[in-house]
Amino acid sequence: MPVFDLSVTPLRELNSALHGLPAGTNDLAFEVVNPRGHHAVAAGIDAAVTVDIKGSVGYYCAGMNDGGNVTVHGSAGPGVAENMMSGTVVIEGDASQYAGATGQGGLLVIKGNAASRCGISMKGIDIVVHGNIGHMSAFMGQSGHLVVLGDAGDALGDSLYEAKLFVRGSVKSLGSDCIEKEMRPEHLAKLSELLEKAGVRGVKPEEFKRYGSARKLYNFNIDNADAY
Amino acid sequence: MSYHNPYTPPRKSATFDDYTLAEIRRAAATGIYDIRGAGTKRKVPHFDDLLFLGASISRYPLEGYREKCDTTVVLGSRFAKKPITLKTPITIAGMSFGALSGNAKEALGRGATLAGTSTTTGDGGMTNEERGHSQTLVYQYLPSRYGMNPRDLRRADAIEVVVGQGAKPGGGGMLLGQKISDRVAHMRNLPKGIDQRSACRHPDWTGPDDLEIKIMELREITDWEKPIYVKVGGARPYYDTALAVKAGADVVVLDGMQGGTAATQDVFIENVGMPTLACIRPAVQALQDLGMHRKVQLIISGGIRSGADVAKALALGADAVAIGTAALVAIGDNDPKWEEEYQKLGTTAGAYDDWHEGKDPAGITTQDPELANRLDPIAAGRRLANYLKVMTLEAQTIARACGKNHLHNLEPEDLCALTMEAAAMAQIPLAGTNWYPGKGGF
Repeated sequence: MPVFDLSVTPLRELNSALHGLPAGTNDLAFEVVNPRGHHAVAAGIDAAVTVDIKGSVGYYCAGMNDGGNVTVHGSAGPGVAENMMSGTVVIEGDASQYAGATGQGGLLVIKGNAASRCGISMKGIDIVVHGNIGHMSAFMGQSGHLVVLGDAGDALGDSLYEAKLFVRGSVKSLGSDCIEKEMRPEHLAKLSELLEKAGVRGVKPEEFKRYGSARKLYNFNIDNADAY
Repeated sequence: MSYHNPYTPPRKSATFDDYTLAEIRRAAATGIYDIRGAGTKRKVPHFDDLLFLGASISRYPLEGYREKCDTTVVLGSRFAKKPITLKTPITIAGMSFGALSGNAKEALGRGATLAGTSTTTGDGGMTNEERGHSQTLVYQYLPSRYGMNPRDLRRADAIEVVVGQGAKPGGGGMLLGQKISDRVAHMRNLPKGIDQRSACRHPDWTGPDDLEIKIMELREITDWEKPIYVKVGGARPYYDTALAVKAGADVVVLDGMQGGTAATQDVFIENVGMPTLACIRPAVQALQDLGMHRKVQLIISGGIRSGADVAKALALGADAVAIGTAALVAIGDNDPKWEEEYQKLGTTAGAYDDWHEGKDPAGITTQDPELANRLDPIAAGRRLANYLKVMTLEAQTIARACGKNHLHNLEPEDLCALTMEAAAMAQIPLAGTNWYPGKGGF
């Protein structure tokens, strides 16, 4: 297993190795030690590699991940798994702002809490947060699922499009055009699947409430101007 | 003795002129602000207010048909492993598929390629047609991130992080529902027919320190190969340029208020931002203060129409320019041959700016297949190439007259200003003097 010690090895060597796998290689498991808050660790993965990062990372860890399975054995700075296309990113600790921002696919699991703007502008990614999330999460979320086992902060789902939000705890406030919606069987089934994938045990989908777009802001109407 | 009161003609208010009155009535009737495309229509100090001095006893001209005047420009030489080289310093600005038809995007790619320059994507992602027809393609990285993906980042020739644009510094974009066709909706991952809003701020970074990290991430994802541009609207050009350089940009793109947009509020277009002419010198000053002039390249856009405008922008210190509105006109926008149809839309050729409505008779700012098919991308691309070549030749003609064997050798000393405003904004002496406002010794 290739091991990269970022206290002595430049980040460029790690990312270069991840992007330049020899054809047909079976050596697809990487370990990163001493990440020391480096930014853009394992950014731009485009193959089915496994990366275990032993410590906390800075901004944009696993940014634009496309097919990799990345685990951060620590906490993550802003923009973890931003614009992820596919694959899985797991944060054992907490995640800072913009976790999963604009993600288009894949699964992001945050086992601690996520700060503000979790899932901002999400475009298909699935995000499961074991703890709480901060304000303005899923702002302008287009598609995908945001599952929160704890509480959500202010203005959840502001200006939401078609992303589906599931919150088990309290919601401090809903953003413009975001409303609580009926939990139908297909939603319960999807929630079960996501909880299973995220390694959540002993929690039932029925314990969640679903939130989505009221779709009143989809086309401009002057009488809705006070919603902005 | 009887007194006869002579006729006095009705006097209209300069403040409440006909257009203003009509706009008040329109707002009252519709309950929505006016949205339109293009850039500012108000008259602002511009390149027309500068003149070249030409050669004299102290400056030798170059022979127009014999002596070479180089026009090549290299962009991205600061950090990128693969900087791009263009045959002309006139590039095509970012315009989206969605705002423009597929045929229009193809025409821009074809024209730019024939002329040896680059074209640029826009909000909504990169299409295969655009990539295929553009030898050098700049991929915009916008707040919306519609269609953003690492594969397209890697197949681009450069990446442009868009912070703002001249028509609306501080504003986001909008693509109204009537232009959200099936394909556009799919590319942007949105329901068909809804008003699509593009955010005004990036979702995962705020401020210059974050931008530095974001640029570093993009470089890591693309293995430090691609030049990274940062595009800003003309708001605070000195500081924006300095901060972009500090954040690690290879190229700064600076767009003045004459720069166009696909759709924005008229009040925004006309009242926010600075004229292009006023933006250039502060930006160049910032580069010079940092010792980065010509190391970080400066691309100027907003109201570039001719080789003279190109030469003036370069003389003020830019490395290249970008054109948007002029490129659309070259491929057929606002062509008088569609006058009858413009009249039906309540406008006239030369004034049509309802680009957001998708009814463009010229088939350019539309997603209607019938209208889009009116534009032959091959012929339109040829027209654009012709126009780019004419502009380049015009700029060379002026540069030779000033004794320069490369367009980049043009300098402020080659210019004089016709008006006090232009003299002040461009820091170019008023014609016949050695003084401009702000310079001591008056």
